[in-house]
Amino acid sequence: MTRVQIDLADLALDRGATVLLRARLATCAPGSEVSVHGVAPALAAHLAAWCRKEGHGFAPAADAGAPSKVVGLLRVGQAHAARWHDAERAGGAAGNGVVSKPKPTWGLAARGAIVEAGAPSFSFALDDQDEVWSDNVGQIYRAAAASQWDPETAIPWNAPRTHPAFVEDALVQVLTYLIENETAALLVPARFCAQVHPHFREVMQVLAIQAADEARHIEAITRRALLARDCLGSSTVGGQASLQTLVEEPDFVMASFLLSVLGEGSFLSLLAFLQTHAPDDCTREIMRLIAIDEARHVAFGVAHLQRHAQRDATLTSRLRAAIERRHAALRHTAGLNAEVFDALVLLAAGSLEPTAIERGHAAVEELQRQMDSGRQSRLKKLGFPEHDAQQLSSLHTRNFM
Amino acid sequence: MTDTLILGAVAYDAKVVTIWDGFQKWLAQRGLAFDYVLYSNYERQVEQHFAGAFHVAWNSPLAWLQAQRIAARQGRVARAVAMRDTDMDLTSLVIVREESPLRTIEDLRGKTLGVGAMDSPQATMIPLQHFAAHGLVAERDFAVRRFDVLVGKHGDHVGGERDAAKALMRGEVDATCMIDGNHLVFTGEGTLPRGRTRVLTQTGRYDHCNFTVLDGAPDRLVTRFVELLLSMRYDDPVARPLLDLEGLKQWRVGRTSGYAQLDAGCARFGWIDDFVNAVAAR
Ligand SMILES: [Fe+2]
Ligand SMILES: [Fe+2]
Repeated sequence: MTRVQIDLADLALDRGATVLLRARLATCAPGSEVSVHGVAPALAAHLAAWCRKEGHGFAPAADAGAPSKVVGLLRVGQAHAARWHDAERAGGAAGNGVVSKPKPTWGLAARGAIVEAGAPSFSFALDDQDEVWSDNVGQIYRAAAASQWDPETAIPWNAPRTHPAFVEDALVQVLTYLIENETAALLVPARFCAQVHPHFREVMQVLAIQAADEARHIEAITRRALLARDCLGSSTVGGQASLQTLVEEPDFVMASFLLSVLGEGSFLSLLAFLQTHAPDDCTREIMRLIAIDEARHVAFGVAHLQRHAQRDATLTSRLRAAIERRHAALRHTAGLNAEVFDALVLLAAGSLEPTAIERGHAAVEELQRQMDSGRQSRLKKLGFPEHDAQQLSSLHTRNFM
Repeated sequence: MTDTLILGAVAYDAKVVTIWDGFQKWLAQRGLAFDYVLYSNYERQVEQHFAGAFHVAWNSPLAWLQAQRIAARQGRVARAVAMRDTDMDLTSLVIVREESPLRTIEDLRGKTLGVGAMDSPQATMIPLQHFAAHGLVAERDFAVRRFDVLVGKHGDHVGGERDAAKALMRGEVDATCMIDGNHLVFTGEGTLPRGRTRVLTQTGRYDHCNFTVLDGAPDRLVTRFVELLLSMRYDDPVARPLLDLEGLKQWRVGRTSGYAQLDAGCARFGWIDDFVNAVAAR
């Protein structure tokens, strides 16, 4: 067997020769001998010191520095191989490389990386694939990344506004209510994002971009509300009580169900309503863009809960309990802020004429019917029978979100 | 407490506590009760070793020679039972500036040599013995400038070597001494500019620290301690962080063949005679 030779030429150990040595030695079996050549000053002394530290043997050549340029003989030590002895691969990098229960010691390592044994244990509460995963989560993230919009350029801030003052007041009240709800919708994914085992990286990414979407919604809505007014509308005890039960829900599965399937699901109908009845193009465009984002948020919620329900027969009864618990908690609160209800009617009416108000009122009733039927169809997708879907939808918070 | 093996060590750095706490836990998990006492200097540790304050000393090479000589004077026996792989076959380098006129050992005559702490085997004593063996005696044939950082630590603290290296670049000394590996450390961290220094001479190989026991130490505990140390494997993820912290890949059986230069230096210069006499007389 011919002995491996490493020629360092005039490269010194403090100028990168250690990188060259490590790269070449990585392919040599422990115990094998390597003859090292080079002419850098003090190379033999430096090699002896470096080999000692790295756990390699080193015998300087008797005639180091002679024309042969052989500095010495290195015997490859065990340490490098030993360090990676019990290392394991943290699943596979692609979406199908996800494992159902990633180890706490995989921690922040990239999925598919080789992880050195002995890493510290991380405590990510959401480390069970069934609780968080959906097979289209990667696609949902890519769609989200591709449809990020810049409020500055995407929205016609200077579109003409010709509506009467009372319509602007009603709009500002609705926008104030939306900001409060968007804030809840930001906090929930932001909180759980930090609990997802990073092995489920696409889930972490979706929750992160969902929070970023909501941040953008808050920005655009606030800016529109302040276009013609110096201050915002009202926030009520009932509205905040409803959102508090959502923001404080400790279980990701339940929170995702209440927020994305029921709350944001209902908001899809509300956003469609606001597009139809927007008093100006600026507001209409904001609602259109938000609705596109919200549809993705709903899609991820439905998809991961659907997958979960297929694997866990007890899920639907736990979801039912969550709705009932929240309903009981909110039973004695006022529900939707009366100012918001009236503002929606006024927006749809566009005029204070009795016939217009009657039309607006009917439109808001129709909105509530649409919200209800949307919730029912999503509940059925999760596996609730028709009758249960009807009953549970009716128990959903009167605050919509 | 003869069921507990007690180690003496010098706290040359705060990490010493982390290291021995880690070993205490690791050894306890393997059934060996272990405790340690820390001293601020090796002389106190050697003295207390002979006073019976603990069983095993984690000794510098100089502390080893002190213990060995005191034991011999008292008719006792000191043994080196284990050591680090990284403490075997070290050398020290004597470094000059690239443009220095010094080319051979002889050229140091009349010049100034920078050394580390007076009690540093690697940065002071072994290099001075190296020159003496080549006919150049410190303070007679050349001047010595000491960089005494933390005397009593036997050079475990690298500060003296670093200060001497800085003095070399400031032109305050003509040559300076350091462990071979520290030449790479100092150029890596920028204390010495890369490519601007040269090796004037290199000492012969020597060994560094060892675990020292005296006759009368509890055999069963010492044997178990050494067995467990030798069983520590770098491929064990529980042992590896301890080995990394203590700076070795594998514990070795102790040997005493690597202290000849330091021994000869101590004999020639009498560096430890007063201390040995004082403790041996007790
Ligand atoms: Fe939103
Ligand atoms: Fe949303």
